[in-house]
Amino acid sequence: MGLEPYLILAASVFTIGLFGVLTRRNAIGILLGIELMLNAVNVNLVAFARYAADPAGLVFTLFTISITVAEVAVGLAIVILMFRVRRTVEADHLDLLKG
Amino acid sequence: MSLEAAGFWGLALVLLASSLAVVLSRNLFHSVLYLALALVATAGVFLLLQAEFLAAVQILLYAGGVITIVVFAIVVTERLVGERLTQTNRGMVTGGLVSVTVLIPIVIFVTRAKLPRTAPPLVGDLTQAIGRELLTRFVLPFELLAVLFLAALLGAIFFARKEE
Repeated sequence: MGLEPYLILAASVFTIGLFGVLTRRNAIGILLGIELMLNAVNVNLVAFARYAADPAGLVFTLFTISITVAEVAVGLAIVILMFRVRRTVEADHLDLLKG
Repeated sequence: MSLEAAGFWGLALVLLASSLAVVLSRNLFHSVLYLALALVATAGVFLLLQAEFLAAVQILLYAGGVITIVVFAIVVTERLVGERLTQTNRGMVTGGLVSVTVLIPIVIFVTRAKLPRTAPPLVGDLTQAIGRELLTRFVLPFELLAVLFLAALLGAIFFARKEE
């Protein structure tokens, strides 16, 4: 099997995640979309690493997975804080900086 | 059809269907559960690519850690707000158009590029290779990662603490 199906699969998952980020109203929903996009990138990295026979791609994947976990923890802490202060999850209602 | 191809198409189907369910589901909690399914399917793709160590990390950290944190956040925020977390999408047409416009050039580029048809044979133990690379060539980013984790830990505690 060639590299191509893996790349197309990753691109499809990436755009599905992008769609989620663009259309979700809920802040946690937007974070889930970002998770999907990062996950698609990992598929790409592992596929390239396998077909180029270079473990660097696998190490990068390890880094992106760890950084994503940190990102989710901080992101959700911000969401919880947002709830406490504004009592809403809707990204549309968070327009304090809108002129 | 080879076993690898059959496994790939099965996993691709599960991955795409659960990804779509993540962004389209009305119930936020269902979205998270579909995300867990998508992450496990991705671990399956890693297994197909013979990256067993990464498949294990994916399940432990992503499907275990991230899903737990998100479920926890949903439970906490739901209690704070006191209403069911139903969610809707906005601008479906625009979002779909943007996504398709991103997807099509990538697919055209990938299908036109000269990509390897077969994977080269594996030399040695991949997990061993990851460990060696991590502590030699990538030792600086590895150490920086520890600093990042410390910053994230402090940041999360700072954001989530009780107001005095």
